[in-house]
Amino acid sequence: MTAMPDENPLLIVNNLKKYYPVKGGLITHTVAQVKAVDGVSFFIHKGETLGLVGESGCGKSTIGRQIVALERPTSGQILFNGETISGKGSRVLRPVRTQLQMVFQDSYSSLNPRKRVFDILAQPLLYHKIVPRTEIDAEVERLLDLVGLPKSSGQRFPHEFSGGQRQRICIAKALSLRPSLIVCDEPVSALDVSIQAQILNLLRDLQKELQLTYLFVGHGLGAVNYISDRIAVMYLGKIVEIAEAKELFAHPAHPYTQALCAAVPNPDPDDRSKQFVLSGEVEIPTVKAGERSKNIGCRFCARCPLAKPSCRETEPELLPVFSGSSHFAACPFTASEEKPEGEKE
Amino acid sequence: MANLLQIKNLKVVFGGEDGETDRLSNVSFSVKKGEFLSIVGESGCGKSVTSLAVMGLLPANGMVTDGEILFEGKNLLKQSEKELDALRGNEIAMIFQDALTSLNPVFTIGNQLVESIRAHTPLRKAEARSRAISLLERVGLPQPESVMRKYPFVLSGGMRQRVMIALALSCNPKLLIADEPTTALDVTIQAQIMQLLRELQAEFSMSVILITHDIGLVAQMADRVIVMYAGQVVEQAEVHDLFYHPAHPYTKMLLETVPSTKDTSQRVLSSIPGVVPEDYPSIKGCRFADRCPYAKKECADPQSLIAVSETHDARCLLCGLNTQKEAGDSDA
Repeated sequence: MTAMPDENPLLIVNNLKKYYPVKGGLITHTVAQVKAVDGVSFFIHKGETLGLVGESGCGKSTIGRQIVALERPTSGQILFNGETISGKGSRVLRPVRTQLQMVFQDSYSSLNPRKRVFDILAQPLLYHKIVPRTEIDAEVERLLDLVGLPKSSGQRFPHEFSGGQRQRICIAKALSLRPSLIVCDEPVSALDVSIQAQILNLLRDLQKELQLTYLFVGHGLGAVNYISDRIAVMYLGKIVEIAEAKELFAHPAHPYTQALCAAVPNPDPDDRSKQFVLSGEVEIPTVKAGERSKNIGCRFCARCPLAKPSCRETEPELLPVFSGSSHFAACPFTASEEKPEGEKE
Repeated sequence: MANLLQIKNLKVVFGGEDGETDRLSNVSFSVKKGEFLSIVGESGCGKSVTSLAVMGLLPANGMVTDGEILFEGKNLLKQSEKELDALRGNEIAMIFQDALTSLNPVFTIGNQLVESIRAHTPLRKAEARSRAISLLERVGLPQPESVMRKYPFVLSGGMRQRVMIALALSCNPKLLIADEPTTALDVTIQAQIMQLLRELQAEFSMSVILITHDIGLVAQMADRVIVMYAGQVVEQAEVHDLFYHPAHPYTKMLLETVPSTKDTSQRVLSSIPGVVPEDYPSIKGCRFADRCPYAKKECADPQSLIAVSETHDARCLLCGLNTQKEAGDSDA
């Protein structure tokens, strides 16, 4: 468990688990379980951005969806503003949902194609009674203005916009309920680089203006580095490393983070160092029904260049890289390392 | 080095409900033997259309209306379908972004590999099979015999892309066109595939055209780079020149929009304002002018590629002015 923060964080996730059943057999029943998220704990302060990175299938989106209560956790708690929201019914959640919003990767499928942008933005405002009916027009205009779209966009349909503009509409939609936390699930991965930069800057500006808190899920390490204060690296349903963004890329401690950083192609043709290429592929852990979940040791050990026999026996805990550090890594061979130079900040 | 592929003034038109639109205008470039060329650009800029035109795989409403595609001196546009069939697969091969839709879902990997090897070579079934197995082994698939019996959907994205590469290499092509081969893959798998491509290029002394929008990948892989914007080539240069001395404002700005993990400064990421104009074929002048901070009224005139140096061209009158100034021409 990551060290508890000094003040009250906006969001606390405590030992969150999500197992999906695998159905099969002659009479359909659960034959196995996929451990998508397996004991994840972290917190986010108000006004902070936590980046969540990892390869596809590591459970990062599942965490995001559980936080905004689109999915129920198998076990574990999610505390928002000090209140437990995990496992609560929809009536209890209704007022909380306005505070928790989400921006999805595919802007096209998250907007109703048969509605004009005005209606898309006005509907949640009316439902949650954010502004009186008479002020809806002005509020929608304000939202469009906030995300840098012309007022006339209100009368157009989603398909008339480009990918970047549609993502702006989705951000406006998320902002309409005046949330305090926005989960951004790969909001820029479907966009071209020049548009990607526009959206990242928009998210950053909005954060400053409206004191928003973000959980930024992504696999583009460059983009995540740009927007995040802290970054958590996930591998197969577990957080393997969590640290300040600058610190994480300067001194990656976990072998997986090191491999991930090395795999990002560096936009400098003169730096074509023989990069270390991680072999093997991700294998999502499943547990057969009736079988007791056995201790699988470190999930990364099959691909890890530093793996030792002991890695297969005990699952490493997330521990500070050196005592008192806010840099945590789940690898016993880096945690014992001495404090790197130039660390004091 | 001799040119393996040369494209001259290629123009591709797509027919639609409201008439025909130009998707490519005046695209010219060449690929030398053994060269690793990269084409970069944003979606819709025409990079995939260029490669499909080379393969003769344009959709039914697409048509090459002008220009030449010379492969070893032969104009591909003048070849019959039969002659093209002899080239495609044998001499020029292509791998696509989405390996799952490129493989037939109802046949095993072995089935598809053997079929394609037998279509292109006189090998008998058993020989083709052992060649298929050795190819799968070469692209780094563990237990190739068991992969032969598997169906595409069973394999992971990275493994499927390896199968695609094996399929493309089955006849030792001289030119491999890779259209965003790793866009759908995770970075660690991308690094594996790129390492494989680089090894194979050296081993088979192939020319490779890598189509991508990942600037980092270009820097790591390419010898030479073509930058496309709105259906035109806007800049071409050796990779070092392009990254250190970009001449076209679009290239300059594109390079600055890339967020990097190496970047620890709290700089604000620069972005290119606006979007690619949808009606770009109708723009007579520079197609980037309305997003360009250096635009002048002369930019409304048609622009041609101007030589910045012997190996470096850019479609911008500003770089023309600079070189003229250096040459002591006071007209600028």
